[in-house]
Amino acid sequence: MTTINDLILRTTTILIAFILFGFSIYLFLAGHSAPGGGFIGGLMASAAIVLMYMAYGYETVRKIIPVDFRFLIPIGLGIAVLSSIGSFLFGQPFLSQTFAYFHLPILGEKELATALLFDLGVFLTVIGVTMTIILSIADDR
Amino acid sequence: MLFAVFIPLLIACFIPYLSKFKDKIHTGIFVLFVPLAIFIYFLQFIGNNFAPFSHNYSWIPSLNISLDFYLDGLSLLFVLLISGIGTLVTLYSIFYLHKSERLGHFYVYLLMFMTAMLGVVLSDNVFVLYSFWELTSISSFLLIGYWHYRERSRYGALKSMLITVFGGLSMLGGFVLLTIITGSTSIQVMISQTDVILHSPYLPLIMALILLGAFTKSAQFPFHIWLPDAMEAPTPVSAYLHSATMVKAGIYLVARFSPIFTTYEWFFIIVSGIGIVTLVWGSYMAVRQTDLKGILAFSTISQLGMIMTMLGFGTKAAAFAAVFHILNHATFKGSLFMVAGIIDHETGSRDIRKLGGLMTFMPISATLALFGTFSMAGVPLPFLNGFYSKEMFFETSLHLNDATLLIAEIMRTGIPYLAVFGSIFTFVYSMYLFFGTFTGKNHIDELPKKPHEAPLGMLISPALLIIGVIIIGLIPNIVNESLLAHAAQAISGEEVHQHIAFWHGFKAPLFMSLIVVIVGSILYVLRNKWKNTYLLIPGKLSLNKAYNAILDGSEKYSRKITNSYMNGSIRRYIALIIVAILIVTFTTMFTTNGFTIKMDDLAEVTAAEILIAIVMVVAALGTVFARNNVAAILILGVVGYGLAVLFVFYRAPDLALTQLVVETITVALFLLCFYHLPNLRPRTESVKTKLVNATIAIGFGALMTMVAISAHSSKWFTTISDYFVENSHDLGGGDNIVNVILVDFRGIDTLFEIVVLGIAALAIYGMTKLRDDKGVE
Repeated sequence: MTTINDLILRTTTILIAFILFGFSIYLFLAGHSAPGGGFIGGLMASAAIVLMYMAYGYETVRKIIPVDFRFLIPIGLGIAVLSSIGSFLFGQPFLSQTFAYFHLPILGEKELATALLFDLGVFLTVIGVTMTIILSIADDR
Repeated sequence: MLFAVFIPLLIACFIPYLSKFKDKIHTGIFVLFVPLAIFIYFLQFIGNNFAPFSHNYSWIPSLNISLDFYLDGLSLLFVLLISGIGTLVTLYSIFYLHKSERLGHFYVYLLMFMTAMLGVVLSDNVFVLYSFWELTSISSFLLIGYWHYRERSRYGALKSMLITVFGGLSMLGGFVLLTIITGSTSIQVMISQTDVILHSPYLPLIMALILLGAFTKSAQFPFHIWLPDAMEAPTPVSAYLHSATMVKAGIYLVARFSPIFTTYEWFFIIVSGIGIVTLVWGSYMAVRQTDLKGILAFSTISQLGMIMTMLGFGTKAAAFAAVFHILNHATFKGSLFMVAGIIDHETGSRDIRKLGGLMTFMPISATLALFGTFSMAGVPLPFLNGFYSKEMFFETSLHLNDATLLIAEIMRTGIPYLAVFGSIFTFVYSMYLFFGTFTGKNHIDELPKKPHEAPLGMLISPALLIIGVIIIGLIPNIVNESLLAHAAQAISGEEVHQHIAFWHGFKAPLFMSLIVVIVGSILYVLRNKWKNTYLLIPGKLSLNKAYNAILDGSEKYSRKITNSYMNGSIRRYIALIIVAILIVTFTTMFTTNGFTIKMDDLAEVTAAEILIAIVMVVAALGTVFARNNVAAILILGVVGYGLAVLFVFYRAPDLALTQLVVETITVALFLLCFYHLPNLRPRTESVKTKLVNATIAIGFGALMTMVAISAHSSKWFTTISDYFVENSHDLGGGDNIVNVILVDFRGIDTLFEIVVLGIAALAIYGMTKLRDDKGVE
């Protein structure tokens, strides 16, 4: 994969991957109030990772991101389920969400919702799923 | 009475333990006391002033099913037959079955059967009766297939099972109808509500269903075919089940329900009609048999037909004659089967062509057989019980109730002639059975064993039965008032007083009997001259052929039908599924007037939307007609992106984003997969298939369009989306309503969707990584 000289691709990837990561995190965080959310954020993040795989090859990226993406699936699902079960602690039905406004140091008055935790689970699962599928198939030669 | 019915089953639980000592003590000895005790228990009820009584035990009160046992004259007669002949058969089997056989199995089945049979005749509740009825079928199946390593045994067992269970199930249908009409599950209550049943529109159906059960069980024409094949069972079983008890269960059923149906003229037509046909056919066919037990099987069929005919007559005298013949038949037929078993046991052959001249070798058996066969033939001698009941049969056939229907009138005149005709053949096969076996030339050299007299123990049971034959023959009124009159009363519903006498004077029945004896003797002597008639008829008309054809045919055609649509092609299945959806949905929509089109709340259509729609339609058509698979995938992508653009137009940014990314990934994955696949084969289907597929596809598309339009045109309730719009900020804390619905209002859907994604990913991982693993295969 890396035999051809793809300097332009690699150089642009450095830029674009970070922009994509940033965009995916934006989508994830903004999802509650603007278009976006865990699902699309996760897809965008995996797009960034796929781009890195395409530019730098399997071995290199494994060194940069030493994560087995398969484990993101149970982690994501675990977060989603645990955040849902968490509502039992407060005597609420399964999957009850709540939110509150906090005064954060830099960002100022911000709203934080427990739904974000659930969305984090979605986000991680989606990354795990897409990366597992793509890497499994790509590896299958 | 509960104890009396279930004690054989209880004992059966211990038989496996007892049969371990079979080398020292024959298992049958333990069993022997069970029917004997029951026999003695029920013997006490015989008496002139016996009155019916019942015992009730709760079983399933909520369904109105309880173990109601009702003992009247009819039940008492059957119970005594079952337990009495059961005792004798057990005794006989002790000497008949060698210790090397699987005795435990045999006696467990036999005791199971005994409980079932006692339950059938004592139950007052129709559903309890049905349960016991099926238990008799099952235990009979097990007993016929006792020598399961023989192919004929398995064939016979299966045949009897299929036919009797077919009848049993239809009988259950009749019982259910009766229960619905009368509102009760008790037979006695049903009898008391005879008027209700007789005025029910379902009366013919009920009668047909119940009679079907009775006819299959009692081997009536044309369901008699299982009985000759059931002769593969051990002889004690044939003697017990297939002559004295189980085959009379159908007789019992008809007798039990005859108070209800007897005034209904079709009851006479069907029961007597089938009965007389069975009588004639059975006796005619019996002469043709070469196997001793085959002769006896057809003889049983014909005798059962005779009893059935009498039950159909519906007169008091006929009811009495029927119960009298039930008793007589059980005595002489049981003994004849046992004698046939002895001959088989001591000579190794049952083929009457090989036997002959055994009288000098087996004098006792020959004497027993002489009484048995002559009683069966109805030879007019004052010490043979068969003559009395045959004479009564002739007598009653001459004094039938007046008929209104033409067919009943024809039968009224025809039955006496048919009765005589059938009895002539009965005489012929009885003579053949006796003289063919015990007189004439002997062929000792051809027999597998050298014949000699049976051990004493084996002779006790048939001897006792023959003593019964003679006692009833000498003193025919011995059990008349004390037992038979009560039984006849239970059938006809009124008090019966009938005197049995040998001499009636010079009247019609006597002349009929004399005709039977004279013509029968002539036919027997000349039988070699007319034997060829058998070659003409049965070969083509054989009902066994019909049975085999039905069995093979149903197997063949069901396989054909299954293969015709289960051809393994997924295309075919999908076509069938879609056609089914089309038909069902279209019919439902059409019959409920579901198709509506309203134009009033439609939005404006913009030029851009039309443009995108056109692009998507063209792309979709392109996908269908594309020859190259990569092209097809890419054009399919156009449809997906078009959809994303449409989402943008319809102000669904989240959907648009997701659709865009998902479409990209799908197209990429498709390309990846199809890269490795061979190119699409040019379709080689015929024009006809293509047309059919096109029709189905267009039809389905049109249907879905119509459903969508109709769904849009008929909104019955306001949508709940207003709630989400109003509350997503206040309750969910977010302004992106879609996202708040996904993670908050309806988070559980999302939870399981990500689970689905996770499973899919792991499945793909497993499929790609683990397929070379030898352990998985």
